[in-house]
Amino acid sequence: MLHSYYDTAIIGGGATGAATAFELAHYKLKCVLLEAKAECGFGVSKANSGIVHGGFHYSAKDTLKGRLELRGNRLFHELAKKLDFEFYPCGILAAAFSETEMEQIRKLHQCGLANGVEDIELCNRERMLELEPKLNEAVIGGLYVPHAGTVEPYSYVFSLIDTAKLNGVEVKTNFEAVSIEMKDDLWTIKSSENEIVQAKYIVNAAGLFADRVSRIAGAEEFKISPRKGEEYLLDRLSDARPSKIIFPVPSAHSKGVLVIPTAGGTTMIGPTADIVEDKNDNRTSAEKQKEIFSLASNMVSGVSVRDLITSFSGSRPVIEGKEDFFIAPSSKVKNFIQAAGIQSPGLTASPAVAEYICELLFANGLQAEKKDKFLYPEKVPVLRKMSAEQAEILYRKNPEYANIICRCEMISEAEIRAAVRKGHTTLDGVKFATRATMGRCQGGFCSLKIMHIIADECGCAISDIMKNEKKSVVISGVAGDLQYEKN
Amino acid sequence: MKRIEFDTAVIGGGAAGLSAAAKCAENDLKTVIIERENRTGGVLNQCIHSGFGVHYFQTELTGPEYALRLADKLKSSDVEIMLGASVTAIAENNGKYDLTVYSKTHGVFIITTRTVILAMGCRERCRGNIGIPGERCAGVFNAGFAQQLINTEGYLPGSKAVIVGSGDIGLIMARRLTWSGVKVECVVEIMPYPAGLSRNIAQCLEDFSIPLHLAHTVTEICGRERVEGVKIAPLVNGEPDLQQEKFIACDTVLFSVGLVPENEIARLCGIELDPVTKGAKVDGNLMTSKAGIFACGNVLHVHDLVDFVSQEAERAAVSAVRLCKGTLNAADDANICAAEGVRYVVPQKFSSACGGKFFMRSTFVADTAQLTVKNINGEVIFSKKLHYVKPAEMLTFELPPINSIGAIATLEKL
Repeated sequence: MLHSYYDTAIIGGGATGAATAFELAHYKLKCVLLEAKAECGFGVSKANSGIVHGGFHYSAKDTLKGRLELRGNRLFHELAKKLDFEFYPCGILAAAFSETEMEQIRKLHQCGLANGVEDIELCNRERMLELEPKLNEAVIGGLYVPHAGTVEPYSYVFSLIDTAKLNGVEVKTNFEAVSIEMKDDLWTIKSSENEIVQAKYIVNAAGLFADRVSRIAGAEEFKISPRKGEEYLLDRLSDARPSKIIFPVPSAHSKGVLVIPTAGGTTMIGPTADIVEDKNDNRTSAEKQKEIFSLASNMVSGVSVRDLITSFSGSRPVIEGKEDFFIAPSSKVKNFIQAAGIQSPGLTASPAVAEYICELLFANGLQAEKKDKFLYPEKVPVLRKMSAEQAEILYRKNPEYANIICRCEMISEAEIRAAVRKGHTTLDGVKFATRATMGRCQGGFCSLKIMHIIADECGCAISDIMKNEKKSVVISGVAGDLQYEKN
Repeated sequence: MKRIEFDTAVIGGGAAGLSAAAKCAENDLKTVIIERENRTGGVLNQCIHSGFGVHYFQTELTGPEYALRLADKLKSSDVEIMLGASVTAIAENNGKYDLTVYSKTHGVFIITTRTVILAMGCRERCRGNIGIPGERCAGVFNAGFAQQLINTEGYLPGSKAVIVGSGDIGLIMARRLTWSGVKVECVVEIMPYPAGLSRNIAQCLEDFSIPLHLAHTVTEICGRERVEGVKIAPLVNGEPDLQQEKFIACDTVLFSVGLVPENEIARLCGIELDPVTKGAKVDGNLMTSKAGIFACGNVLHVHDLVDFVSQEAERAAVSAVRLCKGTLNAADDANICAAEGVRYVVPQKFSSACGGKFFMRSTFVADTAQLTVKNINGEVIFSKKLHYVKPAEMLTFELPPINSIGAIATLEKL
């Protein structure tokens, strides 16, 4: 049995856990992040809408999530300069199509003003159509929030993890905590594979499974009920791509179905918001597809099912009976910080959530000095964003940059190799790190080439490569394994 | 950046590109083929079954044999073949075209050319494109991808499969999987008739007793990490009847749900596309809306037989040759449109003085149908009785010279 000792163990490698690891990496501490899935960000975060919200949905005075969203928004603008993830600061337009909705918009405007959101603008119909000519002409007015945008949630998580690792944080994937016990002021965390990690402090950032982690540690009892959202992705040549994120007027449980110009260049419509029983339910449905296309078409022109590339779903980890985040030291056990119920706007808030978690750790006795030096990983050049002249210069340094593997998203062999070398050894890992297979052919042409590159880098067989989790085998065997039996 | 000049640049080295380049070279054009993969032949390389070449080579060949014969034609020519090279953009430059090319061996450079022949072929529509609900587990493949896995790499995609869509690749794969020991549970087709050729239904499904469920759809793909099964249901009034939904256990799902011409670079350089074929709109010379850019093969419209691809590619090549030599007759003044019963007609333009040769597809299945072409005044200028009409089989017809700037084609069940 392996034993390793740490000052802090973060359970969960989604946006919250990764941002916390990044924050703690600034201190002279020994930290570990434990992720149950094959790679970080493979839980809630990968299916996130990728919005950096504008700070006008919740009161920063009355709600924790409102306060952290506002702070997170500001931190995102800073982080995007330092870290290697896509951030598209396009702004938000919330559109009203009736007087009742306009009433709501005025409330959101007031909320934004009270929160101190900069440059927030209440718009009439003409102004709305000027800001976004693709809006349905039936729009009667709305709200414009310029300092908001979209990110690729997975590359955000990956960049936090890469930076944390570079600064000494250890990351253990496929580590599912099955028992958590405290003895002599030291937590012992055991994985399903019997690996043991010991730590003085625990941060529970386990997303959909934060209730289970809390329970097995003897901390608070609560129930995370998954609120599922389906998303539909449209081709980068879709006429529906707006210049700003288009929001409807929100309902009690959701900000509604949005039309999102993704940071990667495609258009995404969604998400729905439905409570489901099963935390692992990632199904999409014909019914929700119809609903989303209809709602999105009502807001902007050019939405067509013909441009559909793919769809997916993910669940927001909502604490039953509570809409706000639950971030606090446990009142039942020592040295255990809860970061549960981080539903929307959890991604936006994550840098601020991480700051807050660190404050709580320090307030609860964790002692550490800031490091003198903090390192940032070198950014991997992105071929898609380069002119041919720039690509030519890059080619001279590394010819693999001129070998386009994913034709739809224009991803080169060099970028894929860089991703694998960072530890993304699954097909989904490479996809989320590079965008390869994320385009219109959905990997029909390049999956095999990518598998060859992974196999080459890792020295493994092609049949050892998984889509994501342990049993997600892509290739079952070699020709000749099975026999043809004539009936 | 390096710049290389040619008379014609052929984008794509599959059946269309090789056939077009051979014809260009025969006529002394300085020709280059730009091919993404590390060998020519395109999808023919993975089509190891026979049935190719009966029209074009007057003998039945396998896909790789057909590709080899085309490649042999080029051996004695001066055609330059750039492998592992991708064209990322086409831009106009003083009556010529600049192609931006990326290649690991040749670098990043520009090809300047008088004419361009688009021969990029097509891609498979995938599960995501048609919005099939359910989980996003491993074990879901495009049929062509699975074909590549088995035939060119020697890997198996799974052990028990359901095939969605009865396109030709799906049918061929039903047989291929069966021969490889993979149990094919069934083929599920959303339309009330098969999408593939009749001979493939007989030889790939019936001969192996593989059930074909017509007018059925997949209502859910099940399985968390790897496929565990699919739910299928019959369509009633266009909607799946969930009362009759049933579960079929399998570990693999193949999609053969249509092909889409790979026209993104054409679209980005401003070439006008046909919304139905998703290929360029062309005239009788197979010239697109950009003078000097021609299109042929599956990037123009999806063909049933590679032989017709080769013939069409030669026709585009002859036009490129004529343009380079200043003898291209560009008097294509008439439009032809598809109406009732006709899904599309290619080319979309022709010369009213010369008439033209056309490919078309029907929208229905019938033993006999009447093709009628009228001019814009409603006068019948051509009619023909057609047999065994179905959307899966391409139809051809020729028009005589007409005294009108427009023609409308209709197809009626008899």
